[in-house]
Amino acid sequence: MRKYVDKKNVQKKSYYNDRYYVTPQAPKSDAASDEVFANDMELLSQKFTINDNYVQLGHLVVFIDAKQNKDVLAFLKDELGYEMMMEMSAMDWLADRGEYEIFYEMLNLNTRKRLRLKMFLKQDHALESVSDIFRSADWSEREMYDMLGVKVNNHPYMKRLLMPDDWEGHPLLKTYPLQGDEFASWYEVDKIFGKEARDVVGPELRDSAVIDRYDTERFARLGHEVNYGDEVTADTEPTEGVRYQEDGGVFLIKKFDPAKTKTLNEQERKR
Amino acid sequence: MAQHQVDYTKSGGLPVALTSIDKLVNWGRSNSLWAMTYGLACCAIEMMASGASRYDFDRFGTIFRATPRQSEVMILSGTLTKKHAEFTRRLYDQMPDPKWVISMGSCANTGGMFNTYSTVQGVDRIVPVDIYLPGCAPRPETLQYAVMMLQRKIRREPASRAQKPKRLV
Repeated sequence: MRKYVDKKNVQKKSYYNDRYYVTPQAPKSDAASDEVFANDMELLSQKFTINDNYVQLGHLVVFIDAKQNKDVLAFLKDELGYEMMMEMSAMDWLADRGEYEIFYEMLNLNTRKRLRLKMFLKQDHALESVSDIFRSADWSEREMYDMLGVKVNNHPYMKRLLMPDDWEGHPLLKTYPLQGDEFASWYEVDKIFGKEARDVVGPELRDSAVIDRYDTERFARLGHEVNYGDEVTADTEPTEGVRYQEDGGVFLIKKFDPAKTKTLNEQERKR
Repeated sequence: MAQHQVDYTKSGGLPVALTSIDKLVNWGRSNSLWAMTYGLACCAIEMMASGASRYDFDRFGTIFRATPRQSEVMILSGTLTKKHAEFTRRLYDQMPDPKWVISMGSCANTGGMFNTYSTVQGVDRIVPVDIYLPGCAPRPETLQYAVMMLQRKIRREPASRAQKPKRLV
């Protein structure tokens, strides 16, 4: 269990110290430690500029310039045998350094080796599409644009993949609020009924803990029922609970009267 | 009928005959609720189970139809995304009057646990809902109960008038 900390002055100081906790990195080793990777790195570095490289958790991680991405991937596929592109996407480092980090996860089926190609891309720069080399990049690049706003040049069908075509904003950016911005919160109402219907429909109720005892349209009043849509205020609130029985009584069934009951105390109960 | 203040143009004719016809019409309507096959998420599995042999919706007269034009109740079973909301409304508009909507499960009622940018926070923002069915996911018995509640609701309604426009036009 987490250690109890007094939270009385929580507004004044941060009681949780690990707010900027940095996850420890998995150990990195040199590419020369592996025979296959050492050979790959040698061939790669002869043709392209390599910014950084290391082996981490059995993956060879190579940092290159974003302008060379297509050439490097073609070289990896044709010359080094990394024939499968398992995955590609981007990471948002815009607040930190104004750049996206793009990664391509490659697999060599003959040597059973994995390689991760990484590059940094400035926010307003565009990446070159690799969908004509790897078919799997087609949708991945569309998703990358849709979710993060990374622009891709020479893509055959550059369109949003997941969100609607007329959506504004890129939801996986760190700056995008989880519950959506102004546009997102009115999207379906604007599209179906038009902007003038905003007043009729009303804003989204995002607080899942909200309870309004005087709202008889959306909340039940168990034991104190009123008709749907009735106006109930603190003054007109029914104080007597509803008795679920007919007034005249039912044949053979007695009415339960709480006034005639007796509550046993501890000693009487034991007797 | 002047002493009973019956307006023939508004109340739709003789009251005695009307109640009987109302009952007959509502009996017919409530016992042949054809539902639209409209599974949105995991609640749809429960809806399918309700329609299959073990729970057997058919004995209540609820037969699933694959088109909105032949159905009168729309069971919104599951998470409605904002991208799909437009099509839901279009399907609802294609259903002939009188039509009813059952909102099945937490996600359809309020957005449920998907308190995010891409989920409609309750389908009553899009279509007028008659029955809200809580649960995640509601069991087939619960869906049957909801349909029976809807049948009760239909039997209480006068059959002659056109359905009043509900909250959303």
